[in-house]
Amino acid sequence: MGEVRYIRAITEALREEMSRDERVFVIGEDVGLSGGAFSATRGLLEEFGERRVRDTPISESAIVGLAAGAAAAGLRPVVEIMFMDFMTLCMDQVVNQMAKMRYMFGGQSKVPMVIRTPCGAGLNAGPQHSQCLEALFAHIPGLKVVMPSTPYDVKGLLKSSIRDDNPVIFVENKALHAISGEVPEGEYTIPLGKGEIKRKGKDVTVVATSRMVHQSLVAAERLEEEGIHIEVIDPRTINPLDRGIILTSVEKTSRLVIAHEAVKAFGIGAEISAMVCEEAIDSLDGPIIRVGAPFTPIPFSLESTYLPGVHDIIDAVHRVMEYSWG
Amino acid sequence: MFTAMMKIRRAEERLMEIFATGVIPGFIHVGIGQEAVAVGVCSALRKDDCIANTHRGHGQAIAKGIDLKGFMAEIYGKRNGVCKGRSGSMHIADKASGILGSNGIVGGGIPLAMGNAFASHYVNDGRVTVCFFGDGASNEGTFHESLNLASLWNLPIIFCCENNEWAQFTPIEKYIKIGNISNRAAAYGMPGISVDGDDVLAVHDAAKRAVTRARKGKGPTLIECKTHRWFGHFAGDKQKYRPPEEIETVRKYDPILRFQTRLVEGNILGQRDIDEIEQRIRREIDEAVTFAEESPSPGPDELFDDVSREEK
Repeated sequence: MGEVRYIRAITEALREEMSRDERVFVIGEDVGLSGGAFSATRGLLEEFGERRVRDTPISESAIVGLAAGAAAAGLRPVVEIMFMDFMTLCMDQVVNQMAKMRYMFGGQSKVPMVIRTPCGAGLNAGPQHSQCLEALFAHIPGLKVVMPSTPYDVKGLLKSSIRDDNPVIFVENKALHAISGEVPEGEYTIPLGKGEIKRKGKDVTVVATSRMVHQSLVAAERLEEEGIHIEVIDPRTINPLDRGIILTSVEKTSRLVIAHEAVKAFGIGAEISAMVCEEAIDSLDGPIIRVGAPFTPIPFSLESTYLPGVHDIIDAVHRVMEYSWG
Repeated sequence: MFTAMMKIRRAEERLMEIFATGVIPGFIHVGIGQEAVAVGVCSALRKDDCIANTHRGHGQAIAKGIDLKGFMAEIYGKRNGVCKGRSGSMHIADKASGILGSNGIVGGGIPLAMGNAFASHYVNDGRVTVCFFGDGASNEGTFHESLNLASLWNLPIIFCCENNEWAQFTPIEKYIKIGNISNRAAAYGMPGISVDGDDVLAVHDAAKRAVTRARKGKGPTLIECKTHRWFGHFAGDKQKYRPPEEIETVRKYDPILRFQTRLVEGNILGQRDIDEIEQRIRREIDEAVTFAEESPSPGPDELFDDVSREEK
């Protein structure tokens, strides 16, 4: 296929999985007639018809609950929640129902479903259309949380998520929808729970998610000019987390920076940091530095001030490099 | 129907007794006085049809045909319970008898039941789903969202509101202005009917019509069954919020006695039959209680089972 846009890689994954498995259907607000608010489902209605591409009322709880009930009955729904901020409208269905049904009913039913939802600031969409809320969902046992950064990853991971027998929160980033990248012809999947080294380096490990992977790769180029070689790791799945790839890298570099777009406080950076402290504190030559957004709602007009970026990563890397014990 | 109602009554009475001794962990909600709703509705269903029950859902589960041993062991939190001891009284599900799951969240099960009906619609298997919920749940957003969507798509589901006039500790006049919850059906373009929920035959007739309609692909119906909760919200609730005269007089609505009188007067049932039924039920409940008591508790090594399903 060559260069493909991130959003079209999503469409392609949906089309392939719908063709492969009759039980897969797409449901959400504006997913049919309009092809989706971000056009992820464009062309699916024409190809698969109204039975499998379901435009719904604006009723997030009903949509997610319907999907969970249908999944328990044997179907494989793919829900679109238009903005990740809207996930708060269906929290009972996600947290108390979908995530727990398998466990509390003693394993009688599996709940194979995906909720695709775009997160992220950068479009001046304001405080209620821009949040990255992955930490909320990573905190809930029973849910998987996936956060792909490239067109290649988004396609392979979405296909795996649809085939997974557990509920998956699939977090796209709106700022990535327009990027292009290499996507091969033909079938491939990427296993959930497997991270990837996006750039090799020996001096500092930078664990970055979603949009921050790209910021880290730009930072890596600039740091290279100073003679600092960072290793950029994209966990790709937040939960289950590929602890091994992070620990192996930290054991090599002895320094760790974690970068995510969500607010820094109480985010997944804290979880990764604590995990590394518990498992590999002897490997560390300095403090673990987190890069994330400030602890404010996302402003409409000060978005560029708010968003963590390349400079923040470079600063963080400098701080760990300059640190020396006592 | 009479036997089923009796079985629910006796099972719940026994549960209350056992609960008072402290053997059963957590808390239980009994629906004594509401047996006609569960039995009237479930007797209109096929075995392969499904129900979603409520936190006050023992009766609905028994009426749908749950194995009494697995049911009792579950309430005891034992490994041989239908949900391996993970659900207790409040979240019982039993796929084998078409019980999708009771729900600890008021109104939480309504969209899930609709999802089950959607699956039937999607694969065209001819099954219908009944979603039980209470008067309190009819004020949750999930009720309104789900009725709208189910009606829009003509899903094979019956929304059955058990109106016992109490939402936990609050009387109905404090949370619903309209007289009939069934009137809310009009807002979603589906038929709505209110029936005497203490009259098992009236419930059965209404359910039968709704089931026929759903099975024909004509969409959902809202049935409101007006019934009475004899006891408190949970077993052991002293009901200090409830007028004492109401507590004293509520038993006059007894759906079982009503049906029994009808059967006896119609010469369909004699005292000997009733005694036999009582004995049979007592035996069955005794066996279930013994089974539950003797079942092992889950071990610590089972804590992580079924959190998620991994490929073998």
